[in-house]
Amino acid sequence: MTEETLISPSPSKKEPTRRDFLILTASAVGAGGAAYFAWPFIDSMNPAADVLAQSTVDVDLSPILLGQAITVVWRGKPIFVRRRTPEEIKAAEQVPLSELIDPETDQARVKKGHDEWLIVVGICTHLGCIPTGNKPTQNRGKYGGWACPCHGSLYDTSGRVRRGPAPLNLAIPPYTFLNPSHIRIGVEEISHG
Amino acid sequence: MGKLTKVARWIDYRLPFFSFIDHELRAYPTPKNLNYWWNFGSLAGITLVVMILSGIFLAMHYEPNTKHAFDSVEYIMRNVNYGWFLRYLHANGATMFFIVVYIHMFRGLYYGSYKAPRELLWILGVVILLLMMATAFMGYVLPWGQMSYWGATVITNLFSVFPFGESIVEWLWGGFSVDNPTLNRFFALHYLFPFLIVGVVVLHLIALHQHGSNNPLGIERKEPRDSIPFHPYYTVKDLFGLGIFALVWSYFIFFNPNFFGEPDNYIPANPLVTPPHIVPEWYFLPFYAILRSIPNKLLGVVAMFSAVFVLFFLPWLDTSKVRSAIFRPLYKWFFWGFVVDCFILGCVGAHSPDYIYTSLGGLSNQTLGQITTLLYFAFFFIALPLLGRYEKTKPLPHSLSEPVLSKHTKIKITTLFIFLFWGSLSPLYGTDAAPLPHESWSFQGPTGTFDRTELQHGFQIYKQVCSACHGLKQLRFRDLAALGFNSEEIKALAAEYKVETIDDEGNVIEKPALPTDVISGPYKNEEAARAANNGALPPDLSLITKAREGGANYVYALLTGYETVPPQDVHLAEGMHYNPFFPGGQIAMIPPLSEGLVTYSDGSQPSLNQMAKDVVTFLSWAAEPELEERKRMGYRVLIYFLVFTILMGFVMKQVWSKVKP
Ligand code: FES
Repeated sequence: MTEETLISPSPSKKEPTRRDFLILTASAVGAGGAAYFAWPFIDSMNPAADVLAQSTVDVDLSPILLGQAITVVWRGKPIFVRRRTPEEIKAAEQVPLSELIDPETDQARVKKGHDEWLIVVGICTHLGCIPTGNKPTQNRGKYGGWACPCHGSLYDTSGRVRRGPAPLNLAIPPYTFLNPSHIRIGVEEISHG
Repeated sequence: MGKLTKVARWIDYRLPFFSFIDHELRAYPTPKNLNYWWNFGSLAGITLVVMILSGIFLAMHYEPNTKHAFDSVEYIMRNVNYGWFLRYLHANGATMFFIVVYIHMFRGLYYGSYKAPRELLWILGVVILLLMMATAFMGYVLPWGQMSYWGATVITNLFSVFPFGESIVEWLWGGFSVDNPTLNRFFALHYLFPFLIVGVVVLHLIALHQHGSNNPLGIERKEPRDSIPFHPYYTVKDLFGLGIFALVWSYFIFFNPNFFGEPDNYIPANPLVTPPHIVPEWYFLPFYAILRSIPNKLLGVVAMFSAVFVLFFLPWLDTSKVRSAIFRPLYKWFFWGFVVDCFILGCVGAHSPDYIYTSLGGLSNQTLGQITTLLYFAFFFIALPLLGRYEKTKPLPHSLSEPVLSKHTKIKITTLFIFLFWGSLSPLYGTDAAPLPHESWSFQGPTGTFDRTELQHGFQIYKQVCSACHGLKQLRFRDLAALGFNSEEIKALAAEYKVETIDDEGNVIEKPALPTDVISGPYKNEEAARAANNGALPPDLSLITKAREGGANYVYALLTGYETVPPQDVHLAEGMHYNPFFPGGQIAMIPPLSEGLVTYSDGSQPSLNQMAKDVVTFLSWAAEPELEERKRMGYRVLIYFLVFTILMGFVMKQVWSKVKP
């Protein structure tokens, strides 16, 4: 048996007929139905309603000493809240943008007038590990911010990635200063304060 | 007998079951010159069956819920009859499965088994490998330890490099991080995938039987005398191989069950702390090394996926017309080079990215990873296509019956090679950990058992000292019977602890614990424990010797290794103590043991070292209460398989004596 006999004889290069049209339409309707049937199954795997419900967390900043950081949980993610020393702020501000993997100024990563406070999502932008460096006893890497234990990414005192494989800076969550010593994570500032 | 054949014939006429078996398993003509490397296909099949069987029984006890998963695995280990056996069989089975399948694939690579007309056979095999990887990965998540959690996080995040990556990853998770929905679906799929594997295995076998097995010479069979029926020749040979395989597998189950595991996976998952050194299971290490060696996220992920997917194209990348490496003088060396390269990639994946090989002249792990990654792809994309074109192959024999290379030289070459190979890799084995002093333990080695006096003394120390901060929540008071306590003593011991319950009117009350209650710690919850301990969390001690690199030696070193004056360059934070064996050197726990702290019931006052030794022996028992039973059963199983293998060896010799080479 040759391969050709397996292929059914096809009406090659003919004008599209009424029959072709019908077959095409029927297939399209069938495929549409199948996709519609598949969607509930696929979508059922997406985050459920209660997981989606946006939540906010209030953080009291006053117990955090200069140079220290704490971790709070927001939407199941760790958020690093760090009170930076003047040297750390200066180091972050003085880095030329050309040296950065993901160029962003330090000012763009903190709230105006609150330079001291760096608030970032504590999840490495490479593959999702939690970088160390929140405690002063932990390894902070050579840029003084955080160091990821998984594949060696390093972040600076602005949470910007300085050595790969991570491609992006640590993300900034939406947050607002309620007053100089309290923040609310989960809502973006409306007016400049 | 006559009736039976009649029934068989009746059935066979309607459902050709018996003739199928007869045709495909008994008479199935097989090349007569298959060597032992051809055993691994059947071994893989047997392993798959054992994995499904043990998995189904484990699933009857396992709870796929983030709150209970870890504890339910420990429940299986401690309370379910033979639960420890089922779990160790299954956990080590994954390792065995990959060893067997990797060897099976390297065999295919060496003898060119993927070449026409067996391309689809090979491709179906790669599909099986992919399904196995997915299954193994999801299975590793189920115990919900630290490695489970962070392995799941890292691997699922791989998908974030694709377009719409964020949404894909959240879809995989069913949330914004790896959490209960993730665990649940992984369990469901981990149960499903093995059956998909069975389906593809059936296709793999159909494709195999279409043209029959390849053979070491790589030439097609021409005359009937080149073939022999599968049964009894290869059934008995496969059974002999199975005996040896079972011996190896049993050794790990009964005498070294955590050899391939990571201590960190005996720590319950903590979404807020990534372990300092995360590594995947050994069978993923080469691919993990490829991922890491490229300092760009997208390229790294793409390279890692390509490293597996390139296998699909192997039949077309290898352009040589000659199948077997026996007749390919150059390819042979490239093949072995490739094997070595895969091993080195494995070592690279096991070390942290900043690791430096001092014995290799300060070579950094990153560089080594990049070189070996390059070589990995060079093998497929440069060596294979070019060799096919330029290599001068040796003349092929005319039939399977023509001798090519005497057996003895073959064996010698292989052994020599393996020795050279392991020797040459030794600089890669070094670990990052600081050396620990080695104590001699009553329970170590293949015959060791727990010293009962040390156990009882150790429990006394736990109760008087450690229990002020640490719990033992995987243990129940009744388990202490193993230490020699009778039921009255156990009742009294339990009654010293209080548990909360609800009375008839709905009030929370405290009442004395019962022997069936767990030995919980002094704190109600993590917050209370941290508040009382300067922010540090005293870990539960049930698994401490299994959950730390170095095990019993580490805990012993920690207990006896405190230094009152820290070295000059260490600045102790407030409330911390210096202990060189604790990672980072600073530990919140005050030196727990001191001379004269306890008096044993026999009136003796132990030295500090003796106290440490006793309590570590007790904790080792707490971590592995099944240890003695496990070793006892292990000897019986090993003896059984030894007899089985020897018998099969004799039967095989008998059966094969009639076959002419
Ligand atoms: S997850 Fe941080 S470097 Fe890979």
